[in-house]
Parts: sequence; structure tokens; C-alpha cells
Amino acid sequence: MPVYSEKVMDHFMHPRNVGEIENADGVGEVGNPVCGDMMTFYIKVKDNRLEDVKYKTFGCGAAIAVSSMVSEMAKGATIEEAQKITPESVAKMLEGLPKQKFHCSNLGAQALNKAIDDYLAKTGKLKADPAKCCPFCDHEDSENDPVCQQGCPVNQPEIKSP
Amino acid sequence: MTHVYLDHSAAAPLLPEVREAMTPYLDRDFGNPLSLHDWGDAPRDALEEARAQTAALIGAGSPEEIIFTSSGTESNNFAVKGLSLAQQKKGKHIVISAIEHFSVMNSVKFMQNLGYEISEVPVDKNGFVDPEDVKKAIRPDTVLVSIMHANGEVGTIQPLAEISKITKEKKIVFHTDAVATCGTIPVNVKELGVDALSLAGNPFYGPKGSAALWVRRGVRILPLLDGGIQEGGRRAGTEDIAAIIGLGKAAEIALRDLVDRGQKLTQIRDLLINGLPSKIPRVVVTGDLKKRLPGHASFCVEFIEGEGMLMLLNSQGVAVSSGSSCTSRALKASHVLLAMGYNHEIAQGSLLFTMGIQNKPEDIDYVLNVMPPIVDRLREMSPVYSKFVKAPKGGQGNAGI
Ligand code: FES
Repeated sequence: MPVYSEKVMDHFMHPRNVGEIENADGVGEVGNPVCGDMMTFYIKVKDNRLEDVKYKTFGCGAAIAVSSMVSEMAKGATIEEAQKITPESVAKMLEGLPKQKFHCSNLGAQALNKAIDDYLAKTGKLKADPAKCCPFCDHEDSENDPVCQQGCPVNQPEIKSP
Repeated sequence: MTHVYLDHSAAAPLLPEVREAMTPYLDRDFGNPLSLHDWGDAPRDALEEARAQTAALIGAGSPEEIIFTSSGTESNNFAVKGLSLAQQKKGKHIVISAIEHFSVMNSVKFMQNLGYEISEVPVDKNGFVDPEDVKKAIRPDTVLVSIMHANGEVGTIQPLAEISKITKEKKIVFHTDAVATCGTIPVNVKELGVDALSLAGNPFYGPKGSAALWVRRGVRILPLLDGGIQEGGRRAGTEDIAAIIGLGKAAEIALRDLVDRGQKLTQIRDLLINGLPSKIPRVVVTGDLKKRLPGHASFCVEFIEGEGMLMLLNSQGVAVSSGSSCTSRALKASHVLLAMGYNHEIAQGSLLFTMGIQNKPEDIDYVLNVMPPIVDRLREMSPVYSKFVKAPKGGQGNAGI
């Protein structure tokens, strides 16, 4: 088993804010490109603040801890603050993640951001077309670029159905 | 806290008798079997005794056919590379199954880089190789067929005797990775009809680092390790006498207790195989129900992922493994489950329980009690599960096949 920090274990054993929000203002669902897992975030927004944040996660222990941590970081934050949550900041708050589990923290930040985008789109506040982001580092990539400019292995994991 | 160890395929404890047999060779009888002075005598005799004990376990014609190695992985590398390289003039084509251990899979990849061609025979949904497929895969330039005896992940035991009828008829060297079966179920190389077989000591309570490759007399193999004349020049390097003695002793005990152990382990295995799916809905047993390793129970729990289950079971004192991609370092789904036709989502819920001789039926009762709340808890959290629950009844949901 990977060696997880105490913080990760705590969030894994006692995940906060698990669930779904009915009539959520924004929903973001992402699949993990590396291992094929899934995370869905739900947000409720009031006066530009994330009044409520909930999620469901199909993934490893780290992915569960990440989603719990992201929900804690985002709840009560303004949209702008929540948009600044990055895989790095999540991993830091969790007192680190094993190297091979770092991609799970992308999943959390990404799902939350997608939920926010969904809310912004629904309320007509979304600026321009969001460029396609690399699922590993959130670096903006052009649509037809198969490999992230930062060198992340976007295409590497082949998750094909048999 | 209750402790229930159900991960014997990862590591098994050493038998006290085995340890006892080993200690003199870590101590007083440290000599080198090749030495001509008195210090060489005891280790030399013990080495040959262990060879005979190991040969007896698999019904080998002669002890000289046993080559001691350092691991099942080494034995498999040795077999795949050594047996095919020895027949270079005949051809460069190797046949394996789609569910071989990585030590075979990656060895054939190595051979591929040397210009060999590989054919992978598929398996059915229970993990069986169809001997007819092997027949079809064989070509005039085929030099080796390597198909495992039983798969460690799903426990399915292959019909080797049927496959060997084909390899014999076509005069092709047939190797089997029998690491999962030797010392666990009766293994007889003559009945199986194989030409080479890999085995390792730890699965039957011998020390780690003890293993062997059996190669039938008359079958040529090229050594991987060149050097001295140890193991008849087929595997150079000073012998790890203590490990080899441990392997021999464990083989002797395994042969003696084989039937007893098999019955006991089959009994507790079936408690779990029958119990888990009846306690928890949408759990599939992977592998065959009948032709399977005695202490082996493997499942896919739908809608959730293996590492989470593994960690929660661990917090309840239960040790198991999973073949989910999240638990693998390479983050790849199990090639075995995929080859059997399970999709990625189902394969994520893989859970593997491997029992050992010290396990009791109560251990399984305990697991059956702690599992349902763990699964509920993770399913509560799973977006895949909530989709399933919300889907109109009778629609959605399948075992991935
Ligand atoms: S979700 Fe698969 S490794 Fe974390």
C-alpha cells in the first residue's frame, strides 16, 4: 500500500462533504485519464461564494482524500478563490502525496473547476472559450496538440475497452 | 485487534521446520559445496538432498533435472530466454497465453527485441486457454510454448495435459510457470507432459529467494548466468545453500501434506466464494469455480475501487490484495482481467484473498462481517453507483462481459 500522510488517511477514513446536491448550480464530472476513475463535484453558489460543495468519487484512497480536501478548501470560498485551487495546493494541504498518486489530485482540482465553469456558463458569466487543459498540469494546450507542452504524458495511458 | 492475513500470494510465512533445517547452513555449515576440503562436504550433501526433495515434489525423472534459481521470476526468464535461444536455428516464434505473469510477458518482449515473434493465445471469461487455440498458433518456426499452470490473480488451473498432447505431436518445447501450483496442488511433470517447469519455495512456506527450474533431460537450454560450473554449468554463481535447503525441506513437507492442505484450503475458500456474493449484491467471482487453486478467492466488487477496500479492510486488520489500476505502480488495469473480458470499470473493483494453512473458518466469518459495511460506505461515495441506482431498473449494469 502506498504510504499516505496522516492527513490523507484522516480524509480517507473520514471524508467530509460526501454527497450530491440536488438542483446544484454547477456540476463537474471528470474521468481520470491515467487509471480510468471518476469524480463528480456539485456546487451551490450564493453571492459569488460557494455556499455548498459536495462530491462523489470512484477512485483510490488518495482520490477520496483529495476530493474531501478540495471540498473543504472550496466551501465558503469565493469563485475566484476556488478557481485558484490547484493540484499542488491540494497536495500540499494533504501533507504530500506519493509520486504515483499525484495525478489523483489533478482529478479533484479539475472536477471542481469544471463545476465552476458549468455554473459560469449557465449564468452567462463564462469568458471566451476555455482552452483545452492538460489533465496532468492544467497547462492550457491547443485542441490538436496530443502532448502537453509541459511534457505531461497526455496520450500515454491507453485506457481502451477490450 | 483481530488480524487476518489473506495475502499469501504476496508473501507466506516460513514453516518452523524449514527454518530449523536452514539454520545450520547460515551458521556452522557455511562452506562452499565446490570446496574439496571438509567444509564443502555438509553443504554438498545437503544440496543434493534438496535437489532430490524438489524433484520428488514434481515427479521429475531425475534430480539432475532441477536447476536452483533465485526466484520464480528468474526461472521464467531462464526458461523463456534460455529455451528459445538454444533453438535459434530452428526458428524464432514463441507462443504464450494472454494472462502470463510479468516475468514471462516481459521476457518474451525482450525476445521480441531480438527479432523473435510472439503469439498470444486468448483466454475465455473464466480464464481458460483453449488447447485448440494453441494448436492454431503453432507454426513451423515455433520453438517454445509457455503457458502457466495456474494464474495467481484469478486462480484458474489450465488444461496443461491437453495442451501438451499438441506440443508433443508437433515436437515443440513446452514450458509452464507452475509457481502458483507447486506445493499447493499435485503437480507431476510426466502427467502434465511439459518439458520445463518453474517453481518457487515461498508459496509452499519455503524461504523467499528459493526457486527452481526443472528442465527435462534431453531438452537444451542456454544459461543466462555464465561463470562457474554450479548447477551443471547451467546456472553459475555460488549457491544460496540455506535457501536451497529450505526449498527442499518445504517441498518434502508439501508433498507429505498436499492432500490435507488442499482439502482444508478448498473448504475455507468456498466459504468465502459462496459467502461474499450472497452477502453483498453485485459481486462477481473471477476465475473458474471448480478448476481453481485451493486457497484462492478473487472477486470484482462493482462500482468501487480496490485500493479503498484494501485500506479499509486493513484498518479492520484484514490483509488482502487488489488488481485495480490504482493499486498497481504502473497504474494499469490488470491484463489478466482485461484478457478475460472484464471492462476497466469492473476491473477497478478487483479484490484477491489468498489463504494459508494457518487460516481458520473463523477468519472468513470475520471477513464476511466486516466487508458489507466497507462496500456500502465506498458505494455511497461512488458516482458510478449512484448512476446505477438512478438508472431505470433492468437496464444498465452488467458484469462487464
Ligand atoms: S484514482 Fe486511481 S490512482 Fe488515484
